[in-house]
Amino acid sequence: MAAQKYVWEGAIPLQIHLHESQVTALPPPPPALILAPRIGYLPLLAPLIKPYFSSTLPPGVDTIWFDYNGLPLKWYIPTGVLFDLLCPEPERPWNITVHFRGYPGNVLIPCEGEDSVKWSFINSLKEAAYIMNGNCKNVMNMSQSDQLDLWNSIMNGNLEAYQRVSSKHKLSTVDDEYTSLWLPKSQQSLGETDLTAQVKTGRVPVRLYVLSVREDFHDLDEMPRVDSWEKISYINRPVEIRKEDKCFTLHDALKTLLPELFSDESLTNVKLTGVDFENATRNPNEDVRTDKVVEDQGQSAYKNPEGGHISGRAEIKLIRIQGIEPKLEIPFSWVANNLINPDYFLHICVYAKVGQ
Amino acid sequence: MDVLHWDGTLSAKDFRVGAFAFSQKWESLNSGFPPWVWVLSSKHPWLASPEEEGYLSLEKICISRPNEEDIDQISQIDTGEEEIGCPGNEDVIDDATLVQSSHHELHYCDFHIVYSSTFRVPVLYFRSYCSDGRPLPLDEIEKDLPACSSKELSKSKWTFITQEEHPYLKRPWFKLHPCGTAEWIKLLFLSDTAKPKFEVVLELYLLSWFSVVGQMFGLRTPFKISN
Repeated sequence: MAAQKYVWEGAIPLQIHLHESQVTALPPPPPALILAPRIGYLPLLAPLIKPYFSSTLPPGVDTIWFDYNGLPLKWYIPTGVLFDLLCPEPERPWNITVHFRGYPGNVLIPCEGEDSVKWSFINSLKEAAYIMNGNCKNVMNMSQSDQLDLWNSIMNGNLEAYQRVSSKHKLSTVDDEYTSLWLPKSQQSLGETDLTAQVKTGRVPVRLYVLSVREDFHDLDEMPRVDSWEKISYINRPVEIRKEDKCFTLHDALKTLLPELFSDESLTNVKLTGVDFENATRNPNEDVRTDKVVEDQGQSAYKNPEGGHISGRAEIKLIRIQGIEPKLEIPFSWVANNLINPDYFLHICVYAKVGQ
Repeated sequence: MDVLHWDGTLSAKDFRVGAFAFSQKWESLNSGFPPWVWVLSSKHPWLASPEEEGYLSLEKICISRPNEEDIDQISQIDTGEEEIGCPGNEDVIDDATLVQSSHHELHYCDFHIVYSSTFRVPVLYFRSYCSDGRPLPLDEIEKDLPACSSKELSKSKWTFITQEEHPYLKRPWFKLHPCGTAEWIKLLFLSDTAKPKFEVVLELYLLSWFSVVGQMFGLRTPFKISN
């Protein structure tokens, strides 16, 4: 599973500035340069960041939070996903601002350090387990020490340790062959299900983030910056892999999640006119090796179903998973097995242009 | 569709149907409470969504538990707004003595019933606040709950509260975790000796569900299952 290794090694270079309101001594401290794991979460970087700024902070209790261009960053979204979503044109290093006071409790769920992040992670894992197995018994039955080992493996970026614990508890992934694990009755709520058995329903946990813009753009850096989370639609819905004549592709999966943005016409490879993706597909400073994962790096064209135009109003501009723009005809089961986060969720960022 | 083989879950469409049935039954049974309102909310405001998405809302319900010294009378709190329902009706709230006292600030609760496509069951989201609108943290809210609830919360793996982003309002709300729901709801219906048809189950699903989760907040739902 070489692709998972690359996912785990992926990192975002951050340039972290202390917010001016927190600076008590001039000159203001220089920004901290930190390499943040894609699969990690921003508050976990606190021990690395604090030493840079502790001498200039005002006295009191610290509650860390971050913003990008004024937008408070949701700490429970993995760092790599935040970057893929909020930086259409990847910014290297990514300039974000850190705060230690003034936590925006009306926008962000409280975060009391590593424990909050761990708790949120375990909850996501339970949800993913439920989606894949029909119950979260395997996660609920994990011993304290196994839970800790799992969490530490993520904190340390240790994929082997992680796989040891996850396979022990049968945190399964989707069958990678095109054969389906789909139960004929699973579509209805009255499937024949033994609650105690581990039933693989063929459902894949997916979290979709759709950034919609009204004005068309030719370059990614022309996209208006995100100043509010209202501009992002978050869809937390599993995708069911169905066995059909042809194999179930990423395109098929996205179509079930965003039917309004796809048509019924078959997939055609179309170069989006005027959109410059050359910089987007090559990320030399990012550790994720896109060459291994996306077959053809020579093209700067973005493979897009023609059908985005069918509604006359809305079209998909970009789809990003783990910092790459995968071809839509890739089998979804491959994507589900190789590009997921440690929480067993597939986080997908979509840019869509919508009409008035 | 046989209840014996049912796994306790609902489709999104079932949920909408069940929600409508629930709000109708609720109105006919609880004159003391305001009605549940279906809030239509498209997740893609910029697209014409063929699917109606929404959730049930019941707001400004008084959940204060009075101190023992304050218990002397039952009184109705009337602020002139229709939405506020603080029924002193004993059928509806256990130990129903709602008292307006200067020592005891009243706490209110908003309840939203939202469908979870992950767990395929309804999920209760709630938030609690004072009369001046100040939101209450969880430890304050727990003081308002019946004593048995806090015990349940700490020991039962089926009922616990997390703070998460409301799926529609995008603000931090509290949520009663749904991962055991399908199991106990199925048991609830199977324990009824007259095994009902699925259509009946659907009609009664939310009412039965809320009769259990509502008790967490000291809200009792009186109802009869008609055959």
